[in-house]
Amino acid sequence: MTTVVSDQTTALRVRGLDVVFTGEREVHAVREVDLEVRRGELVALLGESGSGKSVTARAIMGLGDEHTRVSADELVLSDVDVLGLDAEQMRRLRGERVSLVMQDALSALNPVLTVGAQIGELFRVHRGATRAQARERAVELLGLVGIPSPQRRVDDYPHQFSGGMRQRILIAMAIALEPELLIADEPTTALDVTVQAQILDLLDDLRRRLGMGVLLITHDLGVVMEVADRLAVMYAGRIVEAGDADTVLTRPAHPYTEALLRSVPQAAARGGRLVSIPGSPPSPATTPPGCSFHPRCAYAIDVCRTARPPLREVTPARVAACHRSEEVLDGLR
Amino acid sequence: MASAEPVLVADSLVRSFRGGSPLRPSRVSAVDGVSLELGPGEVLGVVGESGCGKSTLARMLVGLERPDAGRIVYRGTEVTGGRARARAVLRRGVQMIFQDPYASLDPRMTVRELVTEPLSAVRAGSAASRRDRAVELLELVGLSAEMLTRYPHQFSGGQRQRIGIARALALDPDVLVCDEPVSALDVSVQAQVVNLLDDLRRRLGVSIVFIAHDLAVVRHIADRTAVMYLGRLAEVGPTETIFDAPAHPYTQALLSATPSATRAERGRLARRRVLSGEPPSPVSPPSGCRFNPRCWLATDLCREAAPPLRALPADGSAERAVACHHAEQAVAEAVAV
Ligand SMILES: Nc1ncnc2c1ncn2[C@@H]1O[C@H](COP(=O)(O)OP(=O)(O)OP(=O)(O)O)[C@@H](O)[C@H]1O
Ligand SMILES: Nc1ncnc2c1ncn2[C@@H]1O[C@H](COP(=O)(O)OP(=O)(O)OP(=O)(O)O)[C@@H](O)[C@H]1O
Ligand SMILES: [Mg+2]
Ligand SMILES: [Mg+2]
Repeated sequence: MTTVVSDQTTALRVRGLDVVFTGEREVHAVREVDLEVRRGELVALLGESGSGKSVTARAIMGLGDEHTRVSADELVLSDVDVLGLDAEQMRRLRGERVSLVMQDALSALNPVLTVGAQIGELFRVHRGATRAQARERAVELLGLVGIPSPQRRVDDYPHQFSGGMRQRILIAMAIALEPELLIADEPTTALDVTVQAQILDLLDDLRRRLGMGVLLITHDLGVVMEVADRLAVMYAGRIVEAGDADTVLTRPAHPYTEALLRSVPQAAARGGRLVSIPGSPPSPATTPPGCSFHPRCAYAIDVCRTARPPLREVTPARVAACHRSEEVLDGLR
Repeated sequence: MASAEPVLVADSLVRSFRGGSPLRPSRVSAVDGVSLELGPGEVLGVVGESGCGKSTLARMLVGLERPDAGRIVYRGTEVTGGRARARAVLRRGVQMIFQDPYASLDPRMTVRELVTEPLSAVRAGSAASRRDRAVELLELVGLSAEMLTRYPHQFSGGQRQRIGIARALALDPDVLVCDEPVSALDVSVQAQVVNLLDDLRRRLGVSIVFIAHDLAVVRHIADRTAVMYLGRLAEVGPTETIFDAPAHPYTQALLSATPSATRAERGRLARRRVLSGEPPSPVSPPSGCRFNPRCWLATDLCREAAPPLRALPADGSAERAVACHHAEQAVAEAVAV
C-alpha cells in the first residue's frame, strides 16, 4: 500500500475549542483553540507546563468526565464531523481511525493484564482476529517499537517493564490499527535518544506510508527542530503563535516563543545558569488581564496590561498574538 | 572533588528480576556489577539506553530495593544489610525524585499532605511550622501557596514533578537521587529546576545523582557522567571528557543521536550512527561485552571476554574509565570522522 495521500484531506480540524473544569471553583483551562493537521503532516504543539496541551488533546479525543465541559465551533477528525456523533460512534472512531498516546504511561496501561493481552485485544475487537493471531501481531508490534526479545516479554505485566518500555508499549497500541490521526502526548520523554530517534523514524515512516497525520505534544525543542512541519505554541490555555516550523523556529514573532527557544541548554555554556523565563506561568484561575504573558514579558508596554492581543497573521504562513510582534521579529528589546 | 571522602559508595551492585509467564519463567538481569562513588556536592550524571537499569540502580541507592549482591556505603556506614537502623539513616539522608510524576504521588492526598508527609513521618516540628515549611518548599520549586489544598490530578505533568521535588527536599537530604527529574518539564521550567538543583548543591553541599535522557541537560549540570549499557557501566569520567572524547562505541552512538539544537542543523538524526542488530535483551544478555552484537568494532575477543573497566589513558590522567577492549581505536577513529 503505497498510495500517495493528497495532503488536502484533513486529519484534524478544530475551531474555537474551549474546556472548562467545573467544580467548587471553575477552571477555564483551554480557550478558543484552533488547530489543523492534514494527512501525512506532523504538527507540534508546544508550550509551558500547565498551558493546556494535554487538556486540549483529551478534549479533541472526546475523553472527559462529568466535571469537564467541552465546546467547539467545529471539530473534524479524519474527515468526520465529530460534533454530530453519539457516544458509541465516537468510541468506534477513537479505536479505529484516531488514537492518543497518553502522557501518563503507567496509569494508561491495565496493571492486571499482560501487555500482550492489551495489545492483542485491539486486533480481536476491531479486526476479529483469533487469540493466536492477536498474540502474533502483539509480538510484531513490540518488536517494531524496539522492545528486545518481544516473544519472551509479551506475557509480562506492565510493572515488569521500565518507564521507557511502557511508553513504547503505549505507542505500539496507538499505531496498532494504523490510524489516520495520531495524537502523541510527550511520547518520547522517557526514552533515551537512540530509542527516541528510532520512534521518530517509525512515526515518520507511518505518516509517509499511510498518510497518518500526527499532532505531537512535546517539550523537547530538539525533537521539534528535527521533525515538525508546522507548530503551534500555547500559553495559559491559548494558542499564542502558530505557523510553518522553519518560519517560527528561526524567527519567532511572540516573546514567549522567543524565550522558550532561549531556554534550551547550549553545549557551549556549560556550568553557567540556564536561561529561564522569570516568574511562573499563571494558573487558569488567576490569568492576568490583557495579554496573559505580560507580567513575564520583556517587551510589555501599557497596552499589553489592558488589551488582549488577537491572533493575527504577522507574516505569511504564521499567526501570533502579540501587540509588539514587529519589534520581536526585529529583535528589538 | 575526588579527594574528599565520598558520601555514597556503590560497590559491585547486582540485581535481577523474575519475568515471563509461570510456564516460561525467565530472569531479567537489570543491574550487573555497577560501582560508583559520589563526592560531597558532586553531581553525577547517569545516562543510558531505556531499560538498561538506571531506575533499578537508583532504587537500590535509596534503599527501596535490595541488591542481590554488592554493597552500599553511606558516609562510611554500610547500609546494604537488613539492619533497620542503617536503613533509617539512609532513608533520612538520601531522597529520591521519581521518574513518573503520575504514579509517584498518592492521589488521595492534598499537596500540603504530600509535601509535609515526610516531616510528619519523623515528627519534625509543629503542625503550623510544617505548613510554613510546605509553603516555603512550594515556592522553592516555583509553585504558589494557593495550590496547597489541591489534589494531584488537578495538576499538569510538570507541576506534579515539582511537587515530587518539594517533597524530596522536605527533610533536607544530603544526597538526592533524581530519576528523570526534568523530562516531564518544558524547557523553561526545566531550566528553573536545573538551576534549583545547582543551587542546592552550591549552597547546601547536596550531592546529586542525576539520571536523564536529555544529554544537553546532563552536560550542563553534571561534574562526572556515567554511561550504562545493559546493566553495566560502559564508561565513566569527567563530563567534558565523556562528551568531547567518548571512548566507548556505545557512548559515541548515543551522542550522535542527540537531536539538533537549531532548525538549521536539522537532519542530525538522519546522520546518526544507527545501532544495527537486535536491541539488547537483559533476559539473555550476550556473552563477553554486552554491546558486541551491535558494535562496529567487535572482534572475537569481545564475544568471549567481558571488558573490565580500565583507565583511559592508562596513566589515569583523565580520570576516565572505560569498559571496552578497543577504546583506543574507538577514540582514534572518532577523531578521524
Ligand atoms: N481535572 C482537572 N481539574 C482542574 N484543573 C485541571 C484538571 N486537569 C488539568 N487542570 C489544569 O489545567 C491546566 C492545563 O493542564 P494540562 O495538563 O493540559 O497542562 P499541559 O500543558 O499538558 O502541561 P504539562 O506539559 O506539564 O503536561 C493546568 O493548570 C492544570 O492544573
Ligand atoms: N519489578 C520488575 N520485575 C521484572 N523486571 C523488571 C522489574 N523492574 C525492572 N525490570 C526490568 O529491568 C530492566 C531495567 O529496568 P529499569 O527500570 O531499571 O530501566 P531504566 O534504565 O530505568 O529504563 P528507562 O530509561 O526506560 O526508565 C528492564 O528490562 C525492566 O523490564
Ligand atoms: Mg501534559
Ligand atoms: Mg527508568
